[in-house]
Amino acid sequence: MKRNVRLFAVVACALFAFVFMGAEKARKPAAPKGEPIKAKIGVISIITGQGAAYGEAITNGIKLARDEVNAKGDVLIDLKIEDSSGKQEQALAAAQKLINSEKVVAIIGPTLSNEMFAAGPEANASGVPIMGTSTTAKGIPQIGKFVFRNSMPESQAIPASVGQAVKKHNIKKVALLYGNDDAFTKSGFDTMKEVAEKLKLNIVTIQEFQKGQADYKAQLTKIASLAPDAVFCSALYNEGGVILAQARKMGLKVPFVGGNGFNSPKVIEIAKEAAEGLIVATPWFGEKNDPKVKAFVAKYEKAFGKKPDQFAAQAYDAFYIMTNALKAAGAADRTKLRDALAATKNFQGVVGRFSFDAERDVVMTPSVLVVKGGKFAIFN
Amino acid sequence: MFLEQLINGITLGSIYAIVALGYTLVFGVLDIINMAHGEIFMIGAFVGMLIMSKAGAPLPVAFLGAIVVTAAMGLLLERFALRPLRGRPGASHLASLISTIGVSILLENVAHKIFGSGNHLFETPFAEISFTIGPVTIYLVQVVILLISLLLMAGLSLWLSRTRAGKALRAAAENLETAELLGVDTNRMITTTVVIASAMGGVAGVLVGMAFNYINNQIGLSMGLKGLAIIIFGGMGSVYGAMAGGLILGLSETFVVAYGSSGYRDAIAFVAIIVILLIKPQGLFGQAPAEAKR
Repeated sequence: MKRNVRLFAVVACALFAFVFMGAEKARKPAAPKGEPIKAKIGVISIITGQGAAYGEAITNGIKLARDEVNAKGDVLIDLKIEDSSGKQEQALAAAQKLINSEKVVAIIGPTLSNEMFAAGPEANASGVPIMGTSTTAKGIPQIGKFVFRNSMPESQAIPASVGQAVKKHNIKKVALLYGNDDAFTKSGFDTMKEVAEKLKLNIVTIQEFQKGQADYKAQLTKIASLAPDAVFCSALYNEGGVILAQARKMGLKVPFVGGNGFNSPKVIEIAKEAAEGLIVATPWFGEKNDPKVKAFVAKYEKAFGKKPDQFAAQAYDAFYIMTNALKAAGAADRTKLRDALAATKNFQGVVGRFSFDAERDVVMTPSVLVVKGGKFAIFN
Repeated sequence: MFLEQLINGITLGSIYAIVALGYTLVFGVLDIINMAHGEIFMIGAFVGMLIMSKAGAPLPVAFLGAIVVTAAMGLLLERFALRPLRGRPGASHLASLISTIGVSILLENVAHKIFGSGNHLFETPFAEISFTIGPVTIYLVQVVILLISLLLMAGLSLWLSRTRAGKALRAAAENLETAELLGVDTNRMITTTVVIASAMGGVAGVLVGMAFNYINNQIGLSMGLKGLAIIIFGGMGSVYGAMAGGLILGLSETFVVAYGSSGYRDAIAFVAIIVILLIKPQGLFGQAPAEAKR
């Protein structure tokens, strides 16, 4: 008897829940013209643990954009920020919470590609648009038609830097050098090799190194003896800076073209003068002579006391892309928002002119930079 | 290119040898593998960096500073991580191995806290001095590294075989209790050994900084593992074995890159070690099998 009562209670609760869920859906009318569109947007980012620096930049960029958008008043966004700690399972839990309890209209994040591979399918299955602002791995938008990103993958950045370097320095023979124990530097190398083969460059040698190695002289001596016109190097800045310094010291003076891992002022800090002539491609260039970029950098610096990096800039743009799509959709409706997002074309953000392609991936021209006089400058 | 790679290999090998000498000295006397040796070496490198690049003091001061700091660390290591475990009934001889692993983790993290995880430039005008013989450029540092490693090896083997302290040390290595009965102050002998080994680690740290221009808090780990492989390869506790083993590993690593594939750098070097150990299980200069001892 007692058991039946309990069962009844559970069934009743479930029924009520269904009724109320339905009610909530029904209560949300399309916003009439002139009324601001109110929407909840979820953010999943790394707030604690290793990689929290990325999460901080990303959430700062989003908050700055939210304040600007809400001040204008045609859309009012309520941000719900969740921590993923850089962990797949926590990113998934955060996505489920945002989708099912917070009932957000869309999600910005998570931070890492790995996290997106966990959270993306969940959002896609629930019909919630999700957009990564820092996820560059292959196959992210291919998770499903509700999954987007506005972070340029390396496979687009490297061809730009290599292409321009080859043209400028008349490069025919190249040596490739990369870290073979890191997924990121390895994939950068794969792209470099592909591009070099496409441009019909003569690859004289491929050299590998491991993370944290102190001595690159053996590899560099070999590269120098083959006299290439340039070195394409896929390394993170910590190893990259040391490689540059040791290469220059032993007289290897040819241009270096780096991947995204090289794209950090830290390279210049480590390698000092040896960094001169390093060529990288990047979607974000904070010194760009563009009023929009300058205004963003000034506002960000005023609000957070430091210069915005690529992560902050991409997150800032992502929020604008999202709210523009919301305006175009005319209502806080997940499916309508998805369609409006997918139609985004030629959005002029601080990172650059941005469109989604048919697969919801990035269409953008990166800036190619060269280290000159101790800082990054436009390469031409 | 051959000559240049030969010089690269000898430089790397000499550094490995100095690191390995520190291991072999402690092992020879205590039968303990001092896992903290790599980290003490790393601290030596940082002390040298601070003195030379940050304070701008000359090279000898950097060596002196590194030796003083690492010797002091050796003293502390012996006093707090090794001595309390020594001779305790029921204490496994693995206990001291574990306690030195603990010290190594502690030191690595302290260095991380103080210096961060990135690379630090080891700047010294001395490292820029070079001369050219034919087509080959040789840096004075490379010559100095080889000389210091040979000097340390010769000095160490002379000290062990000719001096009274060396004899006492060897007696202690043979059997701790007997040596004590014969009037050897074994505690002092052991402390001396650990301090000397640590100071050699400090010297090696400064040399690495000068040779590669960069140091970070991870170099202790990679160099330490190489040093460990070398003493097994050269023969546990053998001074000449450490030297020869270091040079062979350094040269083989360099030539694998020069004439083979850089991806197999470590693999081929270690396969060579395994092959030699299969032929001569006690190592290149290994002494009689273990049962003769103790």
